[in-house]
Amino acid sequence: MSDTNLKRVIIEPVTRVEGHGKVSILLDEQNQVKQARLHIVEFRGFERFIQGRPYWEVPVLVQRLCGICPVSHHLAAAKAMDLIVGADQLTPTAEKIRRLMHYGQMFQSHALHFFHLCSPDLLFGFDADPAIRNVIGVAAKFPDLAVQGVMMRKYGQEIIKATAGKKIHGTGAIPGGVNKNLSIEERDALLKDIDQMVEWSRGAVKIAKDYTMDNIEDVKPFGSFDSSHLSLIREDGAMDLYHGNLRAIDKDGNKIFDQVDYQKYTDYLAEEVRDWSYMKFPFIKSIGPENGWYRVGPLSRVNTCDFIDTPEAEAERKEFMALTDDKPNNITLAYHWTRMIEVLHSIEKIKELLNDSDLQGTDLVVTGERREEAVGLIEAPRGTLFHHYKVNKNDQVEMANLIVSTTNNNEPMNRAVQKVAQDHLSGVEITEGLLNRIEVAIRAYDPCLSCATHALGKMPLSVSLYDHDGNVIDKKFKQ
Amino acid sequence: MAEQTITFTIDGVEVKGKAGQTIMQAADEAGVYIPRLCAFKDLTPHGSCRVCVVLVNGRPQASCTQPATEGMVVESETEEIQKHRRNIIDMLFVEGNHFCMFCEKSGNCELQAQAYRLGICAPKYPYQFPVRDLDASHPDIFIDHNRCILCGRCVQASRDLDGKTVFEFVNRGTEKKIAVNAEAKLADTDIDISDKACDVCPVGAIIKKHIGFATPVGRRLYDTEPIGSDIEKKN
Repeated sequence: MSDTNLKRVIIEPVTRVEGHGKVSILLDEQNQVKQARLHIVEFRGFERFIQGRPYWEVPVLVQRLCGICPVSHHLAAAKAMDLIVGADQLTPTAEKIRRLMHYGQMFQSHALHFFHLCSPDLLFGFDADPAIRNVIGVAAKFPDLAVQGVMMRKYGQEIIKATAGKKIHGTGAIPGGVNKNLSIEERDALLKDIDQMVEWSRGAVKIAKDYTMDNIEDVKPFGSFDSSHLSLIREDGAMDLYHGNLRAIDKDGNKIFDQVDYQKYTDYLAEEVRDWSYMKFPFIKSIGPENGWYRVGPLSRVNTCDFIDTPEAEAERKEFMALTDDKPNNITLAYHWTRMIEVLHSIEKIKELLNDSDLQGTDLVVTGERREEAVGLIEAPRGTLFHHYKVNKNDQVEMANLIVSTTNNNEPMNRAVQKVAQDHLSGVEITEGLLNRIEVAIRAYDPCLSCATHALGKMPLSVSLYDHDGNVIDKKFKQ
Repeated sequence: MAEQTITFTIDGVEVKGKAGQTIMQAADEAGVYIPRLCAFKDLTPHGSCRVCVVLVNGRPQASCTQPATEGMVVESETEEIQKHRRNIIDMLFVEGNHFCMFCEKSGNCELQAQAYRLGICAPKYPYQFPVRDLDASHPDIFIDHNRCILCGRCVQASRDLDGKTVFEFVNRGTEKKIAVNAEAKLADTDIDISDKACDVCPVGAIIKKHIGFATPVGRRLYDTEPIGSDIEKKN
């Protein structure tokens, strides 16, 4: 059958996703889904317009990619610039302040993702009236839960403010260290609410877990497929969200590579450009572009790690992995459960750090021998984030390559959209249920498409349905 | 001989100054702040930015150059004058490329601080987005012409305080810019990191390398108090 005998469906814009995207669904003559694609139609250009800027400006400049997880970009860039200024080992105070900032970021971002953006789908169901299936609806029907979500996010933001100077787009990390420690007053203000945050985090894990288990027959197939997974990993195999080496595993848990120094990531990973999306498609070189794609983010991190080094999160990880007999879990909606395990892990780490007197140290910055090229990697809330820079002898950025979490999940999001379209498109009409199911699949990975193409504001998504002659037979917009 | 004291009013408030002082000098000593950009304490005032213009007996004069005289009536914080000041600041913002969100001078920038003091949330004029150069050639000093407001402080400081002529204005009108006294770049001049010319830039056009963002948000010059507060505290 030739491609001319196909119909195409396009969904745009996607709601409750930051950025802008478009979904097109191509039908064959039997009106079955032949192909579905998530097109990212924005272009941001950060990699180009930071060329010429001084290296010390980069951690502050590039975090403007995002308003939800700017700390991730801030820290990934700072980690690269540490190496540029020759700071191979930060002072304990600097390292721990940055970790505190990062766990605060992880905590607030995951809280936003789960409570504000995704919980309406889980609490009201995918077919519920969009007029109530939103955060305002959650606040009306589940006020305690809504308050928890808001307060958890606020807590994470307060940590960011205490370490970076501002809740959004601060300046805490500088090449070679940090520009402030944590005062006793700041520490005590954060410790005041820590036990409440731990308790709410336990409750959040339970909500995600109970949702998954109570709806397991629906959850298992929803947008799901086997995949490889990639994340940073500590040298002893523990989950580490701030620093480590790269590990990739296949769908069965076999290691594709392990403990790879991320300075050499280009030896192991490459990016493919496709002409229908601004977002590139990364893949594992040894497997090739066709099958070398992988997933990143909470699900992948829990799948790749050998253990979590905080007791409550580790107990939850074990329970989660038991669902798939300790083999990698490839259920797309399981992202939410693992995301909440990471919330619990983050708050346990935050508590540990707040009780560490190193945070009040005064040795904040180190420097060494200048380098001209460096890579900074971090596990951002949505997944592994790569910042790669070349800096010339005049201290100006000459090259930047940013592979953001959403880019790493590009192919998986496309696969998830295709799976949902195949399972839920009936006839030649884009129903509200289909529209939202596609969005639910995308949101499981990521509420943020903006940073992946390096756009501002809400993410509208359009969905278009094409027939086998390439004619648009239905088109829906949400914004 | 005792210095002659003169008495005049600024916005109806009696100010006592010394003969030979400018209006701005007398006002500063009296704890009355008049907004400014090009004026700098160790440099000879030249009245170029016009932010400090006041009405003297009903006529506009630059307060940094106009001598204070006995009995003069000065108006500074009237709505009309503040409006003119906002217009000047607005135009300076749109004429260059001022991206406060990632400028390391943010929080310590006099242009930004004047905008906040004058209640400017966003410029009302269209951005010009000029194409301007960077000069990163010097190992210790970085010039970002995108942020230059042509105040002339660096020209004066290099000449009058450092005894050098590193900076000079070239061209005229909209083409006017700061140039360095060399065939090509700043690295070819005799400027040194310890020169006063490196310390006087009110914006982030001339900055010292490697130390950006070392001061945390909250502890920068204008994070907690508006520009001019140090002068007003004398009152």
